[in-house]
Amino acid sequence: MNRRDVLKTSGGTMVMALAASAGLFRTGEAFAQEWNKSAFEVKNLNDVVKAMGGSTATESKDISFVNAPDIAENGAVVPVGATSKIPKTESISILVEKNPNALSASFTIPDGTEPTITTRVKMGQTSNVYALVKADGKFFYAVKEVKVTLGGCGG
Amino acid sequence: MSDPMRIRAQLTGDKVDVRVLMAHEMETGLRKDAAGKIVPAHFIQNVIATCNGKTVLSAQWGPSVSKNPTLSFRFSGAKVGDKVIVTWVDNKGDKRTDEALITAAA
Repeated sequence: MNRRDVLKTSGGTMVMALAASAGLFRTGEAFAQEWNKSAFEVKNLNDVVKAMGGSTATESKDISFVNAPDIAENGAVVPVGATSKIPKTESISILVEKNPNALSASFTIPDGTEPTITTRVKMGQTSNVYALVKADGKFFYAVKEVKVTLGGCGG
Repeated sequence: MSDPMRIRAQLTGDKVDVRVLMAHEMETGLRKDAAGKIVPAHFIQNVIATCNGKTVLSAQWGPSVSKNPTLSFRFSGAKVGDKVIVTWVDNKGDKRTDEALITAAA
C-alpha cells in the first residue's frame, strides 16, 4: 500500500518538477535520439552485432538465461532474462531469431548495476532466443530454444 | 498520458532490487484490426532509470517487447529512502516518468 500511496500523492506536477530539476528530460531526449534503428531492423544475430558496431559474436558459457521457459504457452508474453559473468559487461540484448526483426531489447549496464536483467518479449513462433552480451568491446552470446504453442504476433 | 508505472525498489544486503511494470500497448505495427487495416506501431523505445542523479540502467526496446512491459534489475550504491526514477519514451514521443522510494526488504 505504501508504494501506491507514494505514487498517488506525489502527483503529476511534483514528479515533473523533480524530473526537470534532475535534468532528466534532457537525458530522456538524448536517449530517444540514440535509438539504434538499424539494429532493430535486421534479421539475424550477426547483422545485429554489426549494427552495434562489432564484427562477430562468440558463444560463451558465462552467459546464462534466467527464468526463460523451455515451452511458452503464450507467445505474446514470454519471460526472458539473462545474466552475464563476463567481466566488464557493458550491455545485454535479447534477440528472437524467427521474429520479423530479431532484436527485441537492449540494456546498457552502467558500473554498479549487476549484469542481470529480466523482461518479457513476444515470440511469433518456436525459435532460438539469443542473449547477446557486449563486454570490453567484444560480443558474446548464449542461445536457447523456446517452443511456442500459441504465437504472439497476431497469428 | 498513460497510466503510472508500478515500481518496486527494495534494498537487500547492499543491492537494490528494482521491478518495474509499465502500462503500454506495445503495438508491433504488424497486426491488423477488424477492418483489415494495419494498426500503426506504437511502442516504448527508450527506458532510463536513475538514482541519486546517476543512471542505473538504460535500455532500447523494439516492438517485440510484450504489452505492459516488465523489467527487473539490481544495482548497488543506494540506501533506504533514496528515490529510483524511471522514464520511458515511445516512438510517438510520448513519455512518462515515475519514481519510487527504496524500502528495506521485509
